Amino acid sequence: MEELLLEMNHLKSCFFTRKGVVPAVDDVSIQVPKGKIVGIVGESGCGKSMTAKSIMDLLKYPGRVVEGEILLDGKDLTKLSARERRKVRGEEVSMIFQEPMTSLNPVVKVGKQVREAIMIHQKITKSEARERVLEVFRQVGISEPEKRYECYPHELSGGLRQRVMIAMAMVCRPKLMIADEPTTALDVTIEAQILKLIKELCDTTGMSCLLISHNLGVIAQMCDYVYVMYAGKVVEQGDVYTLFDHPEHPYTRGLLASIIRLENLPERLSTIPGVVPNLMHLPEGCAFCRRCAAAMERCQKERPGLYEVGEGHHVRCFLTEEREAAHE
Amino acid sequence: MKKKKEIVEELLAQTGENGSGQALESQLGESDTFKDKMKRMASSNKLAVFSGILILLFILLAALAPVLTPYTSEEMDLLARLSPPSAKHLLGTDELGRDVLTRLLYGARVSLAVGIVPTVASMLIGVFLGMISGYVGGIVDSVIMRLADVVLSFPSLLLAMVIMYTLGDGISSIFIALAITNWAGVARVVRSETLSLRETEYVEAARSMGVKDFTIILRHVLPNCIPSLIVLFTLDVPSAILSESSLSFLGIGVQLPNSSWGLMVNLGRTYLYNAPWLSLAPSAAIMLVVLAFNFLGDGLRDVLDPHLKDS
Amino acid sequence: MSKEKNVLLHCEHLVKEFPVDRKRSVHAVSDISLDIYEGECLALVGESGCGKSTLGRTLIQLLRPTSGKVFFKGAEISAMKPAAFAPYRRQMQMIFQDPYASLDPRMNVHDIIAEPLVTYKVCENKEVLKARVLELMDAVGVPREFLYRYPHQFSGGQRQRIGIARAIALNPSLVICDEPVSALDVSVQSQVLNLLKDIQAQYGLTYLFISHDLSVVRFISNRVCVMFLGKVCEIGDSETIYQNPLHPYTRFLINAIPVADPHLRGEEKQLLQGEIPSPINPPKGCRFHTRCPYATERCRTEEPELREVEGRMVACHQV
Repeated sequence: MEELLLEMNHLKSCFFTRKGVVPAVDDVSIQVPKGKIVGIVGESGCGKSMTAKSIMDLLKYPGRVVEGEILLDGKDLTKLSARERRKVRGEEVSMIFQEPMTSLNPVVKVGKQVREAIMIHQKITKSEARERVLEVFRQVGISEPEKRYECYPHELSGGLRQRVMIAMAMVCRPKLMIADEPTTALDVTIEAQILKLIKELCDTTGMSCLLISHNLGVIAQMCDYVYVMYAGKVVEQGDVYTLFDHPEHPYTRGLLASIIRLENLPERLSTIPGVVPNLMHLPEGCAFCRRCAAAMERCQKERPGLYEVGEGHHVRCFLTEEREAAHE
Repeated sequence: MKKKKEIVEELLAQTGENGSGQALESQLGESDTFKDKMKRMASSNKLAVFSGILILLFILLAALAPVLTPYTSEEMDLLARLSPPSAKHLLGTDELGRDVLTRLLYGARVSLAVGIVPTVASMLIGVFLGMISGYVGGIVDSVIMRLADVVLSFPSLLLAMVIMYTLGDGISSIFIALAITNWAGVARVVRSETLSLRETEYVEAARSMGVKDFTIILRHVLPNCIPSLIVLFTLDVPSAILSESSLSFLGIGVQLPNSSWGLMVNLGRTYLYNAPWLSLAPSAAIMLVVLAFNFLGDGLRDVLDPHLKDS
Repeated sequence: MSKEKNVLLHCEHLVKEFPVDRKRSVHAVSDISLDIYEGECLALVGESGCGKSTLGRTLIQLLRPTSGKVFFKGAEISAMKPAAFAPYRRQMQMIFQDPYASLDPRMNVHDIIAEPLVTYKVCENKEVLKARVLELMDAVGVPREFLYRYPHQFSGGQRQRIGIARAIALNPSLVICDEPVSALDVSVQSQVLNLLKDIQAQYGLTYLFISHDLSVVRFISNRVCVMFLGKVCEIGDSETIYQNPLHPYTRFLINAIPVADPHLRGEEKQLLQGEIPSPINPPKGCRFHTRCPYATERCRTEEPELREVEGRMVACHQV
């Protein structure tokens, strides 16, 4: 068993709105081993971003973590004071976002922004910090770092801005980087560059990465372990090869089937019928049962638990559970 | 007040794909019709609701003035000149023995009319010019906006005074003076709204299917400006009331024997020490109405304007 | 798909520039000539800023071209006055990218779908209009009971269906689809793509499909036109181009798609270096030469012409 960096156990985060409680993240357990890239995949509103925000303690009112623990190197983040939490954020765990333009302050030079990210956490002089920034700029593949240091965000292209964001996340040498849809706003050739960069950074620095994406292609190319989320819950988890070769959950299968492949083009694409359910009015049974072709009577009434089918391969589905039971 | 909108925006910012926050918006049970927003305001902002009721009450009182008081506004009781508030004269009498409360109610007719009529007029002008300016652009835009700049660069009271001197006294002159000084602000707001609405995909969609520009303005641009216009209206009315008060106080607004709140404050000034109620009553009335409109405007803005977040 | 190739829309040396200031301008579309055949789906592919959306809008005269000519069914629509153009306008409709922004939030479904019908006074009375709207809702799979609902009550996929219903309401011959599925989730995306394909067959439509997503384009289009910085790099049948891309840029684009198969990683993919040059000051010679690993001196000085190679048109000196 690999050494775990992050262990999240039965995390539950809810939004307390006037019209009711929205369980955005419900009983989610995720493990991130050291030096590995772990992916969370799902459609919009499935709670993948909220999971990341819960780790970073960035949930905004009226959302908050209700239950569960988040262990980073054995230290429970949910028990820390706000001040200790801030120290963890940025220094041990950092985050990059989807839209690099809105995550940077448009009126401050990028070099200064990255420099200040270090100086919050470390007591070093400005010139030392500057050296460190330039070093990180070189590390993330920013050409002419001295020149870019003096640029304002709008003077940089989308790809360069995302590199600056990554530099800012890397500058304190965090143990874990959370990348929330880091390439969704980028063009496909730039996307490939950024993904390659993230992978190289993880390989060379031993940092772990929690990669959140809706794009199964990105997940397949990048991750070692994958969690598939649906309506706030993990419905399937496993290592990337198992998950893509032997998907068990009907939702995972549906997602994989609806990808357009360049070879063997079908006349019609396979789809998952229906729409994502409203988190406030989830069905009594399995959240996916109304869209599931294989739904049984039991699925309407009971909520399935995570069932282990192989080593590290868990599925939240009665079908699998019953088949395995019959097998034994 | 802000919470839901903010959550929704927050969720919007956090979820993966473009616009997918809307999916969550429906999950939060957020619905966005005008009616719902009004309901939301009614339940969350009691002050705004109370202000709305107060405004309606004032309008009602002004309309029913002859029924409500036993006196007429010019009826003099020379024996009870400058008498303090009593059971017979609830707010006392002035130097000619006229009932202050009665004059206050009749004055409300003038003051409210002055608040509402020129504001409506200036809104009509402003909306018309602002939309043309924003939608057509180019030289038309430049001309209209420079004109607006000229109007806005004068101190509005000074401009109103100049117009009043030119047109002569009288209530219709006040209407014209205030309408002329206020349209520019409206035009600016409407122009910027129009500029951003013009760039929306649904306006482009309408253009791509060949809808005439005029129809696009009426069907797509104007209805989407209405929330801002409502807010602007509630903020412009009190400023018009104040302008009228100032003009009347300076002696160039409403003239005797008519009454308005500003005029009453002005006339009562002479007797401020021995009969303070003469000025205080109309001042309090002005303050109440202006505050009520402002609170209502704030409340409306909070629910109608998604860009503005209070913390 | 089209057996006899009738040209529906044709453009010659089309140029569209947006002035930035007195001296400079953005060269969004530079000297493009192409044909759209009846009944086909031609895809415009390229990265952001390559001018594909501008080209689409210029072709249907939503933007007036700086120079060049556009012919629709043989008539030169780029030279027409608005009144003369009106009958052609209704034959070209558009589907937009953002289903949240392309529907007026203050109109209900009926009014949105009816808008084109009302504009051209197609239906003689309200009953006929309503019947036609319901028919269109059936065609795109929006349940009839949602007739008087407002856009915010729908999910992204359903909104896009409403947008499609509006676009086909006037029985157009050409529909410009501007990134119609890129704002949608994976599972919804395939629903909408299936719908677009069904509707094309059912109504005999011609599509100009603008997209940055090469997988989506692979599914829907018969022909592909790859654009870079306002120029056509390669244009030809989808099958030919995907099987054997000749222009280096096309190759890089297809290579860069993250494949949803973990077994296909590991082998070091050749990635395109650098960023897209500024369209205000495009590079001389071949516009792609700053990013192209095969660029030679000739590429830096001489602009390549589109020429036929192996059954498709390519603009590259190296092939």
